[in-house]
This record gives sequence, C-alpha cells and structure tokens, in this order.
Amino acid sequence: MALELRGITKRFPTVVANDNVSLSVAPGEIVALLGENGAGKTTLMNVLFGLYSPDEGQVVIDGDHLELSNPSASIAAGVGMVHQHFMLVPVFTVAENVILGLEPVKGLSLIDRTKARRLVTDISDRYRLAVDPDALIEDLPVGVQQRVEIVKVLARDARYIVFDEPTAVLTPQEVEEFFEIVRGLKDDGKGVIFISHKLNEALEIADRIVVLRDGKAVGEVNPADTSKEQLAELMVGRPVLLTVEKSDAEPGDVVLSVENLVVLDDRAHRTVNGASFEVRSGEIVGIAGVQGNGQTELVESIVGMRPSLAGRVVIAGHDVTEHSPRQIHESGIAHVPEDRQESGLVLDFTVAENMVLDSYYDEPYSRGLRMDWATATEAAQRLVDEYDVKTTRVDVPVSTLSGGNQQKVIVAREFDRDVKLVIGSQPTRGVDVGSIEYIHARIVEQRDMGAAVLVISSELDEVMALADRILVIYQGRIVGEFDPKSVSSTEVGLAMLGSGEG
Amino acid sequence: MGDQEHEGRPDPESHAAGNDVARRVSGIDEKLGRAILTPLLALVLALAVGAVIIMVTDVDAWRLMGEDLGGALGEMLEGVWIAYRELFRGAFGSVRAISETLFTASPLILAGLAVAVGFRTGLFNIGARGQMFAGGLFALWVGLHVDLPALIHIPVALIAAIIGGGLWGGLAGFLKARFGAHEVITTIMLNFVAAFFVLYILKTSLFQEAGSNLPQSAPVLDSARLPPIFAQQYRVNISLIIAVLAVWFIHWLLFRSTIGFEFRAAGLSASASAYAGMNVSFLYTAVMFVSGGLAGLAGASMTLGLPPYTVTSNFPGTIGFDAIALALLGRSHPVGVLWAGLLFGALIAGGRTMQAAAGVSVDLVIVMQALIIIFIAAPALVRAVFRIRAAEAEPTQLTKGWGS
Repeated sequence: MALELRGITKRFPTVVANDNVSLSVAPGEIVALLGENGAGKTTLMNVLFGLYSPDEGQVVIDGDHLELSNPSASIAAGVGMVHQHFMLVPVFTVAENVILGLEPVKGLSLIDRTKARRLVTDISDRYRLAVDPDALIEDLPVGVQQRVEIVKVLARDARYIVFDEPTAVLTPQEVEEFFEIVRGLKDDGKGVIFISHKLNEALEIADRIVVLRDGKAVGEVNPADTSKEQLAELMVGRPVLLTVEKSDAEPGDVVLSVENLVVLDDRAHRTVNGASFEVRSGEIVGIAGVQGNGQTELVESIVGMRPSLAGRVVIAGHDVTEHSPRQIHESGIAHVPEDRQESGLVLDFTVAENMVLDSYYDEPYSRGLRMDWATATEAAQRLVDEYDVKTTRVDVPVSTLSGGNQQKVIVAREFDRDVKLVIGSQPTRGVDVGSIEYIHARIVEQRDMGAAVLVISSELDEVMALADRILVIYQGRIVGEFDPKSVSSTEVGLAMLGSGEG
Repeated sequence: MGDQEHEGRPDPESHAAGNDVARRVSGIDEKLGRAILTPLLALVLALAVGAVIIMVTDVDAWRLMGEDLGGALGEMLEGVWIAYRELFRGAFGSVRAISETLFTASPLILAGLAVAVGFRTGLFNIGARGQMFAGGLFALWVGLHVDLPALIHIPVALIAAIIGGGLWGGLAGFLKARFGAHEVITTIMLNFVAAFFVLYILKTSLFQEAGSNLPQSAPVLDSARLPPIFAQQYRVNISLIIAVLAVWFIHWLLFRSTIGFEFRAAGLSASASAYAGMNVSFLYTAVMFVSGGLAGLAGASMTLGLPPYTVTSNFPGTIGFDAIALALLGRSHPVGVLWAGLLFGALIAGGRTMQAAAGVSVDLVIVMQALIIIFIAAPALVRAVFRIRAAEAEPTQLTKGWGS
C-alpha cells in the first residue's frame, strides 16, 4: 500500500524538468517535497495528476499502474490536491463548493442540499476542521478557505493528499492550526505529500524529506537526522547562510517620517488609520503584521501610488505627501514592490528594458527624444554581472527568469544609484533560499552605506532576522515596537493579533 | 528596418505578445520565419476556401452535374483558375494593376498603423473610421478654402488632417484617462458622431458645391490634390510615400524613442509602468492622438487623393474597420502592417478585375479577408491543418486591447 512515482522523467524543449525522480508515500505518512522554485516540484505533481505525460516512468497507486495523461484517473484512484491558489467560487457557500462536480442529485436535477450539508459537517467534525457548511466563501478568512479545500478533497475519498505550498498564504497562527489538521489526517491513515520551500516547516511536520534540485531527487533525509543548514545545502547545492549577518545598527538622521497617515483601500475602508513612525539612516526597521492590516496601502501611499486622506509623509526633510511617484522616486527611494510580476516588472520586456524601467527618461539612457539602447544594454549587462542575475543574455524577456532572479533584477535596478531610503515589501516572497541570502545581504549593505531601510514582510522570521527595530502594525496603526534581540517571536506574534490594544 | 546602429541592443520587437520557450532558443531568421509563416499559411488556406466557394457557387457547373460529373468538376476548377488568374492579373499584371494595388494599399497602411500603435499601448482603437472622417474633413476644408502653392498647400492640408484625426482620437484617450471610459465604447460612438456630422456639414455651404443639393463637396483646389507618383493616368499618389514614411516613423517611435518605450511599457503592464513613475493617463491620451493622427492621414488620402476630387459622405469606406484586421495580420508591428496593407490592397484591386473578367463577385475578396483574419486568430487551427509542431508557431495572443 503506497503511492509511488517511479523513475519519472519529463523533458521540455530546453530543460529536463524531472530527471528520473522517484517518490513514495505510504498511508499514515507525511513526506515533504522540498526544493527551490524551478526545481521541478510542480512538474512532478502535474505528472501525478495526469496534466503532463512523463517521457519515462510510471505512477503506481496501491499496486495499480495509473493511466497517465488523464486527470480524472488520479482523482478516481484516491489522490487529492490542495492547490496554492484555491479553486473556490466566492459567492457559493462552503457546501455548494464542496459538492461542485460531485453533486448529489435528488430526483431529476435538484441538488440535494441537505445531503451536501451533512457531508461537510461529517468531514468537518471528524477532522476537527470547524467549517460551517452555510458560510459564504468570500466571508471566510484564507485559513478557513484552505480548510474548505481540504474538505473538498476528503469528500472525494482521497487517501493521498498533496498540499502545494500550503503555508504561503497563512499567518503564523494559522500555520500551527494547519499542522494540527495535517497530523490528524496522518493519524487517520492518509498519505500526505507536503510541497514546500520552507525548511522549518518541512522539519517540523514531515516523517521523511525528499529534496529536489534541478529536476533530480538529490537526497532523502529523516528530519531527526538533519539540520536546516544541511537541507539548505542540499536544496541549493552549496553551503547557504541562513541567518542574516550584520553588525549593530548606527542610526543617524531621520530619513522617513510618517505622521498620522490615513489611507483608504479600494473599498474605501480606512485601512491605514493614523500610522506614525520614523526610519533613520543606517537602520533597518521591520514592519510585522498579519496580512491585510494596512501594510500594502501604507507602502503604496509612501511611494505615491495611493493618495492619503490625512497625515504627512516626509522624506529627507521634504514633505512628499502630494508628490507624484516619479518625484518621490527621484528623492532617493529604492522600492521593491510587493507584487514583483504585477508592479515591479514588465514581464514581456527584456531584462535590459526592465533594468531601465524607472530611469529610462534621463541621461544616459535617453538622449533627447530617443533611447540610447547601446548604453542601456551595457548598463544592464553590468548590473546583471554585479547583482548575480542568472540569465543567458540581457535581451531575453524577463519572464523567462526564475522568481529569485526576477527579484534580483528589481533589486539591481533600485539599488544601483544614490539611495537614501529603501522600501522592501515582501522582498523575498516566492524567492529561493540562495537568492534570499543574497537579497538580505544587499539590503544590509544599503543600510551600512547609510540608507534608511523599511522592510515589510508577512514572514515574521524574516523581520526578526533582518530588522534592527520591529514595528507591529495592527488595523492600520503601529501598535508596538520591539528590539529583535530581546523579544521572542511569540511576543511579536501576539502583538500582531492586537493583544497590546487596551 | 535599418536599425543596426549598434550591437547587443535589446530586441524589443521580438516579444510583441506573450512569450514562449521556442523564441528563447531561436535565432533571428527563425524568428522572422515564424512571424511570416502563419500569415502566409492563413493566406493559402483562405485561397483554398475561396476556391471551394467559387466552385460551389458555379451555377452553370451545377446544372451539368447530373449529366456529366467529370465535366462539371472540370468546369468548376477552370472557374477557380480563371478567377484567381484574373485576381492576380488585376493586382500585379500591369503597371496600372500595380498602381491600383499601391493606391488601394496606401490608406489601408496608414489606418492599420493607427490601430497597431494603439494595440501596442494596450488600447483597442475601433475609431479609425471616425478619425478618418475628422482628419479627412480638416484636410478637405484646407483643400477647399486655403489658397496656397501646392508645395505648401499639401503639407498644410496633411498637418490639418493629423490634427483633426488626432483630436478625435485624443478625445477618446482623454475620456479614458480622465474618467475611465472604455475606449472601445467611446471610439465606436465617436464613429457615429463623426459620420453624421460629416453627412450634415457636407450639405452646408462650407463644403457643398454651389447649386448642388447632394452631400458632396466641391472639387478640391488643384494645389491641394495629392499628385500621382508615376504618371497622371495612374492613380497611385504621394499618399503611398506618406504611408511608407509613417511606417518608418512609427517604427522609430515605438522602438527607438523614449515615449515609445513608455507606450509599450504601458501596453504590456499599466501597473508596472505607473510604479516606474510613468504617467499612464497621459500616455493613453498621447497614443490616441498619434493613432488618430495616422487615421486622419488615411482620411486625407481619401479626400485629397481620389479622383475626381469631390468628396462624398462615406469617404472612409470600410478602411476604418479593415484597419483592425490589418493590425492583427501585421501583429501590431509597423513593417507587418505595411505588408498586410499591400496584401489587402492587392486583394481589393485584383478583386475588381476578377469581378469584371471572371464574373466572380468582388465580395469574395471580403470573405477571403475575413478568412485570413480568422486563421490568424486561430493559429492552432492553421497548425492542425499543416501539421506544424506547436513550438514552431508563434504565440496566440495578438493584442491586449480588451479589458484594459
């Protein structure tokens, strides 16, 4: 009894995505599939689900060979997947979502809602998922939506469940709850494949860890016999620095001052509601907070992308509250935006074009009315070399680069000038371990060169490691300030939930 | 185009839409080959379907069918042969034919460029027709009422055309930038406004010939008529040169100029462009002015370049809509639009001869134009017919115009 992938090889025109990969999971076992972005995790799972047909190898479930290249075969054989991006209809109830595709039909074509509700309640009770069958999906927090996905999979009698980067969207508290659920599934005899690039989580939850690198399974380890360092080295192929090495901060003058800022979100809610703080040169200030507490709008407002309702933003002594994004940019801001593919890069543009995306209009890249592409290409080539961006040439579309290298393109573009203030929103989200190390080092380097640095991250670990001073944002206000050297992540986590509010 | 000024420059033209693995590994020749392959195959397919249409509509041959099947089929095939021979002859068979092809192509190229430059900025300009009305009317007014020597008169009239079309297009761009009105809606509506305004104003004394009651203008002054290139008896005139210059200029604008960089950035990602400090609202207005200006020139070529130089109320004809097809066929690339315009010009000019000499309706040409576009828009279909591997064909997406 086991789910086995045997010697899977999948080739694409330019790359071997899976090279003779074998992986098995038994009932009542949790296997973590660990690997950087582009290591071949997704391809392997797409093979398992029949979305790709492998060039070599086979999938065997409980001794039966699976007919590949047919998605319904895997589901029928008892394999379920919880995707990173949920496949839920927001305006439907939980029960309606769960029975989508397997509607219990009464009479001619009426959906048997009673039976659907009972199905959800049964599963929810059995695995302690606490899901209300009548709640609308759009009203539910992300963590609960994920549990609805789990109910969906269980309602289809899955015996093997694949989780694709399940914790990426969860808060630290939700991650803990999620792990409890996964352990419950294990105790009930389900086989679990847990796909992740986060070392801690693999170590905490898995019975066995399989590491994938460049399409090959490079190691299988027992969590008890390994360490984060060893895992990271397996993933990246070289020793990796997991902590941020930095000296003590030497704060200087105030560079960024935010005073009683009030900002509305797209639905006209006061998402930022009277936030005040300062960032000095030579220090890294980290803003920790559960997503959706105004971080996004706060940054958008500072960089001029979103008007503020009240309050002031002062950069290097100049009130920039009413300034345009370009004026603010020119006052010496390096901004790594939250969503690099949406806001940071023009994906269909080349690496070179993206390197000059916010400096193209001036000397030396623009000469009067025309662009000087020779100079721009030269500069791009220099930045690619200097910032260790892995790309064959600078005239290929930036979309062909991996997530980490795309992020390095942005970092190179933003850091390669006289920077007074660095704003990094989720600077390492979806970035591989090797690039995280690199980007963190560059951020610290900016600090040491005298820049003020503001880092906003939903990864508490990142804020704890990087920041010289931690501010906690809750419901649009700064509710706490901590010294990362003398505070535990639990304390900060509690503040993120608003416990400090009187 | 001549842009080998320096080596190693980025190749912004190569990724007009989407991206695929094949492009990364391919050389320049293959790249160009793929860009031409699908349109070429689409043309072949359209000719094939056109042949079937000619055959099944051959009434005489059908009558023969019961008695002599072979003879009937032979007659049908002969009909196809004659029709396509005449089509080719009418497009390329003589100096006059070539002149007609180029004459027909000139405004098509200009209007196609107008739509293409909009596509590049993520805007779907359906309003080339209305902008042709506006630009053509401005040029016509100058052509009727300003008395200047030809050397000055024609440039002044053409500048008026650019301004007229540009304002009409820029209005739609401004409405989008300022109020978020979708350009598809506004440009369609502005087409109607322009068409009926022209219908009205041609009947006023401002344009109408004295004593006439028709919605038709007085003859354009000699000095404003666009002079023929070859000889007086051939209709191809300097609007061909204007069109070719416009191709060069738009190519320079999009791929060499600073504002063209902004146009393309805004077209591919408005959000990233705004984050990079670009004024996307201004860009929408600006590109619609450029787009409208090009359509205005197409309008001027119809009001100042078409013997007998009296202008009727529907002078843009179907060019304003053909322009959308041309931009798609040319993959929103200026040089692609040039070739697409020449192809459509040849089809239309040849179609007239085909109708006269082979008795096949000129409407067949319209059907074939439509088929070409359908095949272009469905590359998977063309691939299936010709059994081309997916990696060799180019990406499906032609434009990001909708939903922006």
